[in-house]
Amino acid sequence: MSNTLSKLEKRTAYTLVLPAVLLVFAIVLFPIFANIWISFKDIELKDIRIPEPRAKKIVKSISDDGSELKVIYKLRNSSLIQEIRNVKFQDKFPKNISLLNLDPRCNFKSKKIICDFGNWEAKYKENFEIILKNINGEKIEKEIIKSQKPILSGKSDNPLVTTNFTLENFKKVFYENNFVELLLTTFYFTFFGTVGAIIFGILAAQLVNQNIQGRSYMRGILLFPYVGPVVALAYTWTLLLDPNSGTLNALLVNFNIIESPINLLGQKYITISVLGFDFKLRLALTTVIFFEIWRYFPLAFLFILARLQAIPKSLYEAAEVDGASPVKKFIHITLPQITAIISILFMIRFIWNFNKFEDIFLLTGGASGTRTLPINVYQQGFAVSDIGMGSAVSIVIVMLLLAFMIIYFKLIGKKANEI
Amino acid sequence: MKFKSITIFLVISSFFLTCILSIWKIMSTLQGLNFTNLNITGVFFNGIILSLLFVLIGNRINHLIKVFSLSLLFSFSYFYFNETSPYWYIFGVFLIILFFTNKLKKYNTKSLTEDFISEKIIFDFITLFGIVFFAFVILFPFYIMLVTSFKTQIALLVNPLDFSLDFSKSLTELFKSYFVIFETYNFSRYILISSAVSIGTVIVTLLFAIPAAYAVARLNFFGKNFLSTSILIIYMFPAIVLVIPLYTVFSQLGLRNSIFGLLIVYTATTLPVAIYMLQGYFKSIPKEIEDAGIMDGQNWFGIILKIIIPLSLPAISSVALYVFMIAWNEFLFSLMFLDNPKSFTLSRAIQYLSGDAETPRQYLMAGSVIVTLPVLFIFIYFEKYLVSGLTSGSVKG
Repeated sequence: MSNTLSKLEKRTAYTLVLPAVLLVFAIVLFPIFANIWISFKDIELKDIRIPEPRAKKIVKSISDDGSELKVIYKLRNSSLIQEIRNVKFQDKFPKNISLLNLDPRCNFKSKKIICDFGNWEAKYKENFEIILKNINGEKIEKEIIKSQKPILSGKSDNPLVTTNFTLENFKKVFYENNFVELLLTTFYFTFFGTVGAIIFGILAAQLVNQNIQGRSYMRGILLFPYVGPVVALAYTWTLLLDPNSGTLNALLVNFNIIESPINLLGQKYITISVLGFDFKLRLALTTVIFFEIWRYFPLAFLFILARLQAIPKSLYEAAEVDGASPVKKFIHITLPQITAIISILFMIRFIWNFNKFEDIFLLTGGASGTRTLPINVYQQGFAVSDIGMGSAVSIVIVMLLLAFMIIYFKLIGKKANEI
Repeated sequence: MKFKSITIFLVISSFFLTCILSIWKIMSTLQGLNFTNLNITGVFFNGIILSLLFVLIGNRINHLIKVFSLSLLFSFSYFYFNETSPYWYIFGVFLIILFFTNKLKKYNTKSLTEDFISEKIIFDFITLFGIVFFAFVILFPFYIMLVTSFKTQIALLVNPLDFSLDFSKSLTELFKSYFVIFETYNFSRYILISSAVSIGTVIVTLLFAIPAAYAVARLNFFGKNFLSTSILIIYMFPAIVLVIPLYTVFSQLGLRNSIFGLLIVYTATTLPVAIYMLQGYFKSIPKEIEDAGIMDGQNWFGIILKIIIPLSLPAISSVALYVFMIAWNEFLFSLMFLDNPKSFTLSRAIQYLSGDAETPRQYLMAGSVIVTLPVLFIFIYFEKYLVSGLTSGSVKG
């Protein structure tokens, strides 16, 4: 009895889980593996469009009573680079119609014309004409003829499923792509974005955790940047930072803090002299990192706040009795309580920042030294139209991500499980 | 000791006062006032004198009278020494100083001799400063977004600092950008598409996620542990590595440029987290209730429909809100998949608008306001439910 019940339970479980699993598999897991396949192929954006045989139908009457019609099919191969083999053509006509000319490639039987056009090379074009005549000499309705669409079919190679492989993409990724700089930029962006978000998160959480009026409003407001749509926020910032008429530059110039506007998003380096030493700062990258911090510190804030609120008040009271200063209380009570959540946050934010595409894309488009790996995927795949290369960069990203995850679980995974 | 703490008190408090007065000045400048000098040192020394006076007077007079008279005095001196400014500005200064002196209430010559008083002062004022700072930094871009949508490109190019709104204009004139983006840029269509995609994603995601989450929470089957860990790992994987394969496959299947294609992708990417959140909640429902259902002869389907769903409506609705927000805000896939303006979502439409350098910025900002408002409203209205969901890791980004 229990055996059949558990069997039933299993079967139910699989029916319940399967649709979701299949969907996630098809859209999330399959592409990750498909990347491996594509990254070893020499494919460009134009290759992925499957060539189609196409026909545009034009109908003209050629006799006064309308009993004779000329139908022109403008045939073409939609692809500029690939041939289509074995093109078949088919069209239907109303009753009582005969064809006055019949191409040797075609057959006319029971109101249907069927043609076998053979192979069409790339860019193939032909005007294929037939003349229709009504057997009874009656008028043929042009509209009826026009509304019937011809059916075409043909075979062509799909470069995606051939077995030509190449290592070229990976060679290009590592040798022709400024790979070291790309990697460094990505790491700067990821690391400082993550650390900044966590630091500001701790500060904000400390603030809101105190007994101040309106702290629930404050918590809501602090989350605005995180829940707002990235497009709107990024464009607002672009406007704010614009060198010509942006508010920030205008304010700074107005109050004589800077002499001339600074192109915060369009300038790769800025030289800052501190104590006589000149430092070159990656300006656009720094600005993008600040946007990143602004947008994502709320997540860190929320997690840390939740943790802070769970710390028992008695700990602080005991410290008060012992005469500990606020700084000591923070270092000896608060910090140890939040290290675990900080290490988890570091991991999550590190991975997500590492993959951040939209923010940089919308702010700078990857120009002025803000090209990171995800931006590179887009640039290679869609701007340069080299799909294979874009996939190869994606593979690099996946590999690095796996490495992070392994390191993370080795180092702090155990600690994270304790909370 | 006393000297040290009083110096720290004076410096820190006047620093704080300088900050809020500077922010007030900046905001007033953006209303078209012609200030060119923040006058930080002047305000700072005034602040020191003010705090010193406050501590010296101590409890000799009633707190309320003290606060009012000091604020009035300071505002007048501010008015006297500074550039000419309208009365509302001075009134704002007065209110700020009133607020500030009121915050000083707990400090007097006596309390400044307590243990760790300097650290406490620093903590107190850093807290105040932090609140002002965070509120300003966060709200300022939203403020600029909103006001820009009511201005005109020419007015902003002439004076990029004047964000004052001219309420004497008619409403149609004021909301002109909104009319334009609806009439010439077809935003009503994009709103419709975005809503359809987002609501569709919510429905489909819930349809898939509720049964799966129930199975993970309640039933025993082979591979269950593997499934629940892989949910989290899949969640970690970024959209950017999915883009190229999905693009190629969707192009060949003709799913690109279709709302349906977008719907599938959004559903699949939000499913792991929806399942994760829901199963956590389902586990908290007492099993006895279900056993009663089984006794009544319900099958699994009946149990989910008649017991689980009604009991977990709060969790389901918070997941629904999340999925809606994720789908509404999504940009990457809509950028990759849609290149026909007929099937643009709001985000993609705004990005498309910005691609034309000729597009006046107020239209861009009006579009941004339109895409931002629904999310912020949902968030403010349902904040309590959503925040608990956020900490369980629901929104990726």
